[in-house]
Amino acid sequence: MRYLPQTPEEIKKMCAAVGVSSPDALFDVIPQNLRLQQDLDLPAPLAEAPLLAHLKGLGRVNANVDSMAAFLGGGAYHHYIPVLVSTLTSRGEYLTSYTPYQPEISQGTLQAIFEFQTMIASLTGMDLANASNYDGASALAEAALMALRITRRQKILVSTATNPQYREVLHTYLKNRDFEIEEIALQPDGRVDLSDLQSRLKGDVAAVCLQSPNAFGVIEATQAVAQLAHDNGSLMVGCFSEALSLGLLKPFGEVGADIVVGEGQSFGNFLNLGGPYLGLFATKEKYVRQMPGRLVGETLDANGKRGFVLVLSTREQHIRREKATSNICTNQGLCALATVVYLSLMGPKGLERLAQINFSYARFLRDQLTAIPGVTLKFTAPHFNEFVLQVPGEPKALLAELAAKGILGGVDVSQWAPGLENGILVCATEMNTKDQMEQYAQALREVLA
Amino acid sequence: MNCPKDLKYTSEHEWVSLDGNTALVGITDYAQDQLGDIVFVELPEEEETIDQGDTFGVVESTKSVSDLYVPLSGKILETNDPLLDNPGILNEDPYGDGWMIKVELSNPDEIKELLEAEAYEQLIKEEGA
Amino acid sequence: MTAREGPGKRGMIFAEPTIFERGAPGREGFSLAQSEVPLHDPAKEIDASLLRSEAALLPEVSELDVLRHFTRLSQWNYSIDTGFYPLGSCTMKYNPRVNEEVARMSGWAKLHPHQPQSTLQGALELMYLLQKFLAQISGMDAASLQPAAGAQGEFAGLLMIRAYLQDQGNARTKVLIPDSAHGTNPASCAACGYEVVTLKSGAQGILTPEVVAQAMDEEVAALMITNPNTLGLFETHMAEIAKIVHDKGGLVYCDGANLNAIVGKARVGDMGVDVLHFNLHKTFTTPHGGGGPGAGPVAVKKILEPYLPNPVVMRREDSFAFDFDRPKSVGRVKAFYGNFGMFVRAYTYIREMGAVGLREVAERAVLNANYLRKKLEKFFHLAYPQTCMHECVFSDKKQSAYGIKTLNIAKRMMDYGYHPPTIYFPLIVAGAMMMEPTETESLQTLDRFIWSMEQIAKECETSPETVKAAPHVPKVRRLDEVKAAREPKYIYKAKG
Repeated sequence: MRYLPQTPEEIKKMCAAVGVSSPDALFDVIPQNLRLQQDLDLPAPLAEAPLLAHLKGLGRVNANVDSMAAFLGGGAYHHYIPVLVSTLTSRGEYLTSYTPYQPEISQGTLQAIFEFQTMIASLTGMDLANASNYDGASALAEAALMALRITRRQKILVSTATNPQYREVLHTYLKNRDFEIEEIALQPDGRVDLSDLQSRLKGDVAAVCLQSPNAFGVIEATQAVAQLAHDNGSLMVGCFSEALSLGLLKPFGEVGADIVVGEGQSFGNFLNLGGPYLGLFATKEKYVRQMPGRLVGETLDANGKRGFVLVLSTREQHIRREKATSNICTNQGLCALATVVYLSLMGPKGLERLAQINFSYARFLRDQLTAIPGVTLKFTAPHFNEFVLQVPGEPKALLAELAAKGILGGVDVSQWAPGLENGILVCATEMNTKDQMEQYAQALREVLA
Repeated sequence: MNCPKDLKYTSEHEWVSLDGNTALVGITDYAQDQLGDIVFVELPEEEETIDQGDTFGVVESTKSVSDLYVPLSGKILETNDPLLDNPGILNEDPYGDGWMIKVELSNPDEIKELLEAEAYEQLIKEEGA
Repeated sequence: MTAREGPGKRGMIFAEPTIFERGAPGREGFSLAQSEVPLHDPAKEIDASLLRSEAALLPEVSELDVLRHFTRLSQWNYSIDTGFYPLGSCTMKYNPRVNEEVARMSGWAKLHPHQPQSTLQGALELMYLLQKFLAQISGMDAASLQPAAGAQGEFAGLLMIRAYLQDQGNARTKVLIPDSAHGTNPASCAACGYEVVTLKSGAQGILTPEVVAQAMDEEVAALMITNPNTLGLFETHMAEIAKIVHDKGGLVYCDGANLNAIVGKARVGDMGVDVLHFNLHKTFTTPHGGGGPGAGPVAVKKILEPYLPNPVVMRREDSFAFDFDRPKSVGRVKAFYGNFGMFVRAYTYIREMGAVGLREVAERAVLNANYLRKKLEKFFHLAYPQTCMHECVFSDKKQSAYGIKTLNIAKRMMDYGYHPPTIYFPLIVAGAMMMEPTETESLQTLDRFIWSMEQIAKECETSPETVKAAPHVPKVRRLDEVKAAREPKYIYKAKG
């Protein structure tokens, strides 16, 4: 077996050195009745060529965003990934290295994370960022817990227009603590209802969590929400699921957010059916000790040379155990590497231009689709690269008919919030051609005819 | 390890210096030595009322963290704020400039529970063994 | 190369500033297609107060700048591809490249999580089979792949225990954890609102039934145990201990971190375990990636199946589907379906190895560890002398006479071309050095390593100052962590 290097001769020699008759004898410490008496029931092993053929074949059973015209967003976005991203993330020195607990021989990972932290802090307008969390949804939940620790209050307000999966994860994380979650209502234009928010802001509210662009692609009045939160002594937690919007929109940090979290997949990470992605997590320096997750800092070595180390480990589980800020152990190392490489390539101009292209494509597609009789735009407030269409008929059936025509037409959001029974969330990115968008409109016309 | 005779001690490695109805509290020379370079200190709010056995703060080195336990109940009159910006003082002068809180005692009977220097020296000898 | 040489120590090491100190205003590293539609000016539609007014701090560099920068950085990393990692409890084994090839295929990497399930049948089949494989390997009844990492698996597992006990009428308040446990265990308990009760390991390094019986009462929700434990020892009394816990109505959680030692040889499901998490990056060879991403599927016995995190994949008559209709589920712990890219790699590995291959993994991993134990005990104090499983724990007891501590030995190993072992863990061994060679390392590698450790042991006696000042060879010397903490710099700031 190519991954098991010992030859029969060597095994004999090693057994002799250890003083056992066979490797199996080493398992005599396991009581006999607990040992497997036969081999596991698994398929027969495959050599590399048939293994690749099998997996290629099974993968081909799936349609993918290259084989169909895809207009899907809703928390995961189809963007172009420059070749160089894979070139670098495939390097064994990154791919197969351990967590950088030994800084002298992990400077590559550490410096890359330091650069990542710098870029994310700058993009979000915050003082600092951590080395990443699991994904946007769990990052939001961790941000809420952090706000509860800082304020010592009991309640989290979260906008109804937050991605429902994020809200669900928030509930999972908070449910066994003595904390409450309340949802803030939406106004008809697709943004948070400020008067509803105001009425819920009481002395027990630790934080207001606002996603923008929100689950429906709509850009929120972040400044006004932050103001209301702060007037109540609550923290403002900003959130996003389409990181590309950071190229165009005012960073949450500039409107005073205390914690900013979001999904970083758009920055150079494959869609991967939903993971692995990476949670971006940024905050103000004064709250750094309450932040979960790994953090890198700059320092000097014994010769006075610049170097990087993991810092504030005393917040983390391996030292603080049950008093840690979180049980999180890992970061999304390779995804963060993909992100820092991607952002280095894009630079400030590339990111801005790409965001503008997405913004413009979404408008082109929106205009094409809403020109179809019976199809209207559900929310009128400005959106980024996705928007909700109100369609005549049941979204699920409609999307199935579009899929039959080779078009992944959007996400069925009928269950995402009240009043969306006929809602489809449609997304356009730079990966959609003008032809595709026109074909989509044509197909929708036919389906509705 | 230096354990001044005029101070009283706890098994959690805090020292107490009594002056009438008030007490200064800090961490011992042994404690700072065990922690190594201290990089962070958290102190309570002044005026706060604290009970014996509660935690009143935290000291951290880069690799470990210790909660600080209240040796004597009372009200916090003063905290040694320079430590917040310069936690290294705790390593340099644990019994002097490294004092942490000044407490007005609410239950002086608790003083009886503290250790004398000899008993504390014995304790750290056993811990080190 | 003979055993009397290290693997080599020093190549060309380039200096490299941060990426922000490279480049020039106006330089570009991107290649964007022209917009096919007229560009809209956002300012015409969106209020200026909502638009970015200042560009973010991103570098302006060419593609070669980026390639060279990150290639140079990579050369400062130690990795499995470049050397041996005797890193206890981390199972740093070879990461097969065929897994990477597969994971990057369009049929897997380019699946959007909102695609209709009818277009994802291959992916669903793979997830369904992986669930089944993991249940088979661990002797459990069902699995959910959702948790993003081992620690999230622990969290999900404890949530299931809590929900189950709640349905029995009392969620209870405490969880028992041995003193040798990973730090994530108590942290996960806290995240689920449980109080931690620490159990003392017995003199033999394993948990005794007496200690468990004494701590076990009607307020204990679960015992959280790692088997083999972090000392590399099999918890021989596991079945008896599980019975004690079950008799008082509690459940048994197994931290699957050390599954590599027993895969194909024994199954925790046969030892009374009710819930287990897997670390796919350990036994199932998904890459560590410098700290992630991981994947932490959970497997359970029948009684906990209704509580598995959503979704699980089920088989219908002629298709596979996500099952969300599970009212007792503890819910989601992350968005979408788990770290799918890791499932593809783990599935590929299991299909390559088969049952016999996986059994041999455990046998060789344990043989390698015992070989190291036998050869190194002459030079270093062995904390527990008995036969170990996948790892063994040494300490600095012999070397401390010369003023040398574990940290010094660990750093000196770098000079010999090795990654240090896991140090100062488990906490119950003072100055611990936990070593796990894994099954993918050859006898020659082990012998060279043993030779190096012998040299270091000698140096501790003859030239302790050299050892104390280590490492001497890596790109940077010992780093000032105190400075990093007292004068924190978390991001790059331009000078001036």
